[in-house]
Amino acid sequence: MSSKKHTASQLRVGDRPWVKRSLIGLTLFLTTILLVVPLIAIFQQAFVKGAGHYFTSLLEADTLHAIGLTLLVAALTVPVNLVFGVMLAWSVTRFEFPGRKLLMTLMDIPFAVSPVVAGLLYLLLYGNNGWIGSWLYEQDIQLMFAWPGIVMVTVFVTCPFVARELIPLMQQQGREDEEAAVILGASGWQLFRRVTLPNIKWALIYGVILTNARAVGEFGAVSVVSGNIRGETNTLPLHVQLQYEDYQAAAAFASASLLALIALLTLLFKAFIEWRQERQETTL
Amino acid sequence: MATQLSAADIRPRHKRVLPGLSLSLGTSLLFISLILLLPMTGLIMQSVDMGWERYWQVISDERVVASYKVTLWAALIASLFNGVFGLLLAWVLVRYDFFGRRVLDALVDLPFALPTAVAGITLATLYAQNGWYGDLLASIGIKIAYTPWGIVLAMAFTSIPFVVRTVQPVLEELSPEEEEAGMTLGASDWSVFRRVIFPALWPALMTGIALSFTRSLGEFGAVIFIAGNMPYVSEITSLMIFVSLQEFDFPAASAIASVVLMASLILLFAINIWQARYLRRLHGRN
Amino acid sequence: MSILIEHISKTFGQFQALSPLSLDIQEGEMIGLLGPSGSGKTTLLRIIAGLEGADTGRIQFGDRDVTNLHVRDRRVGFVFQNYALFRHMTVADNVAFGLDVLPRKERPSPSEIKKRVMHLLDMVQLAHLANRFPSQLSGGQKQRIALARALATQPEVLLLDEPFGALDAKVRKELRRWLRGLHDELGFTSVFVTHDQEEALELSDRVVVMSNGHIEQVDQPGALYASPNSRFVFDFLGNANVFEGKIENGQWRNEQAHIVLPKGAAQQNGQLYVRSHEFTVSETATDQANLPLKVVAINPIGAEVRLELSPVGWHSKDIWEMDLPHKVFDKKPVEKGQTVFVTPKAGYFFAQDAKQAEPLHW
Repeated sequence: MSSKKHTASQLRVGDRPWVKRSLIGLTLFLTTILLVVPLIAIFQQAFVKGAGHYFTSLLEADTLHAIGLTLLVAALTVPVNLVFGVMLAWSVTRFEFPGRKLLMTLMDIPFAVSPVVAGLLYLLLYGNNGWIGSWLYEQDIQLMFAWPGIVMVTVFVTCPFVARELIPLMQQQGREDEEAAVILGASGWQLFRRVTLPNIKWALIYGVILTNARAVGEFGAVSVVSGNIRGETNTLPLHVQLQYEDYQAAAAFASASLLALIALLTLLFKAFIEWRQERQETTL
Repeated sequence: MATQLSAADIRPRHKRVLPGLSLSLGTSLLFISLILLLPMTGLIMQSVDMGWERYWQVISDERVVASYKVTLWAALIASLFNGVFGLLLAWVLVRYDFFGRRVLDALVDLPFALPTAVAGITLATLYAQNGWYGDLLASIGIKIAYTPWGIVLAMAFTSIPFVVRTVQPVLEELSPEEEEAGMTLGASDWSVFRRVIFPALWPALMTGIALSFTRSLGEFGAVIFIAGNMPYVSEITSLMIFVSLQEFDFPAASAIASVVLMASLILLFAINIWQARYLRRLHGRN
Repeated sequence: MSILIEHISKTFGQFQALSPLSLDIQEGEMIGLLGPSGSGKTTLLRIIAGLEGADTGRIQFGDRDVTNLHVRDRRVGFVFQNYALFRHMTVADNVAFGLDVLPRKERPSPSEIKKRVMHLLDMVQLAHLANRFPSQLSGGQKQRIALARALATQPEVLLLDEPFGALDAKVRKELRRWLRGLHDELGFTSVFVTHDQEEALELSDRVVVMSNGHIEQVDQPGALYASPNSRFVFDFLGNANVFEGKIENGQWRNEQAHIVLPKGAAQQNGQLYVRSHEFTVSETATDQANLPLKVVAINPIGAEVRLELSPVGWHSKDIWEMDLPHKVFDKKPVEKGQTVFVTPKAGYFFAQDAKQAEPLHW
């Protein structure tokens, strides 16, 4: 119907040229100051002593170890939260049960809780004085101030991201497709793999990438449980802090530039998904 | 074998159509209990162990109270700033088409994706006295780094996406007809914005500001580098916990953390309840 | 207030939504814009309101040229298809909106506004819902509130976009009658858009039939029905059966079927349009026509019985429909699967390439 085609000729609030121009101008100005310049500054500071220094500082043994540990943490965290996110999203969007809303609110706890508090919670429970930790201590298992503790708090801090991406999408898509598949005789796994997964694929991937970015970059919670032992329990963000406080600013920014790069790739991927989705909608 | 069927046998059992409820809900509940709820027991036990008097003494300590004030004020200012800036960003991204819109849209999420420590050292460097901005601001007599304003800045930076991402979808869904109805009834652009569009965005805006505030209260990595961390002046509450921990004063850390945790949980539940109530009024009982 | 529309046209990108068209609407008239989707009727309505700008042409309200006037200054009442009630305001606040946003000098006092709102709500018989929110109302109630809101500023022109489109049949009929009553009582000029021919014919003083961005015909409902001036109008005003005939010995012939030309009809190939009630049915062919058809369905619809018929031994693009009064049908019932012969009593003949129809009687 022609009435549904709202084109540029339609009058809308705020479309007067001077209003439009000044709002766009103001936004671009503020964004440049608040977001663009800091982003450029990271790389500028990283290379302030030249490319040679940049690469030598990255190839330092402690830095390499921090990179390795960070990758390990992410590699363990992401799959755990992927499974949890999918399970949670499936249960709250495909079924009605008492306490559904509460479950969704509980899921948001890591968003609301300060990472330092999160770290402390784990330290109190699994540290040598905690009621689980003291038992573990007797078994000679050390979780805190070691890499397993870092993984545990990172799982805590990043657990909502996959579910958060999936829930709105799955709610909007509704249950009809899956119900049709059940009527056609699909088994649970077939149903998920062939009907649900293709529909949520991109949101799922983005959720994973976002989880990865946050897992790689977690600072507050990790710094509580890590013990900051150089070359042992130092993740890359903690390493950035150490170098920065050691007055090795260029080296700190070199390490930071790696983290910023991961952030940029994450954003790029998100932009790609959105571009793809928009194109799909317009070709429909 | 009984041939008589009781009423309960005949009544059709309500069977769910889709599979996987027990598996998915079971996993989720187990995960939430183990990862999210169980760790809280340690904190509760620690706080209970220390006794009310000691507990009160720690959380009402002058330095700690100063940190509450700084944290609350900074988070409030930062989230209000983001309310305005986020609304502006969302409006511009949804309503206008211009060169670079897509880049701008992607950039909004930078504070989410960028590790907070990286944001912290970058802001500290930029606003330090010899930094790009610090230099400029010093020439007009403004100092941001190593003052409470540095805390506001770091909090504002890390929570920019919240307001934009909650307001944006609502703005996109807004039907042009309501605006047009306002205009046919003789209202000016500004009245239509104030009386028709803004009230529709208000719940999302409030939610975004509240999320931004909650996040700011807990922000740590970005803040500590730029705050200067001067006792009574620019120490945030998260840092007080951290400091207590470094002194191995677990009870003190727990006491302060329990206050912070309580505040964030109350905020979280309040936001969720408020949102549900507002949605109900707008879309009918559902 | 009269509305004068002169050479208005509009394109959306490549799409010509309106070819230049003109229309003259009298004061106090109720005009129905009727046409299929994409015919440009809604675009025309939105241009009259000022919600859309025209590419060419001009619009006059009375003797005031409003072509370049902003919507808000045109002072029209507009009722949206989906009501567009402000969801966050109560019913009373919705109705008061137009008065609340008046410039301070013209704005009535709050108590006066309150009085006017209650009066309007009384008029639409919904005063008891003043403090409800739109989400708590039924479709018909929303529609009446939307109307009350549009009338609050006492506009002299009321524009309605598919006003009853989203309502069920019974409520629609009731509201239609009520709107007509209100129109006659308050004396404003109304223009409404609809794709429902029954609605247009019942409600309007004059109907504007539109297709593909231009006006096909403007006429009073009776005249429109009696003398449609184009194939499109004929097709759109419904229930006409088409016989495609070639001249052969004073007959129109289509394979095995034929119809004898009435006296004085020009001997040309073309299409004969016959309305569904202008037939007689018999068991054998008559002197006048040999049109064998097989009964495929028999549906009692209100006061009539509708037969669906498919041609036997000749061709027609669409299935034929015939409406018989129950009395006639009961006297000589037919059965599904039976072949019957029909004879037209009156019809309209479109000669090949002719725009105008020639009315025929036997």
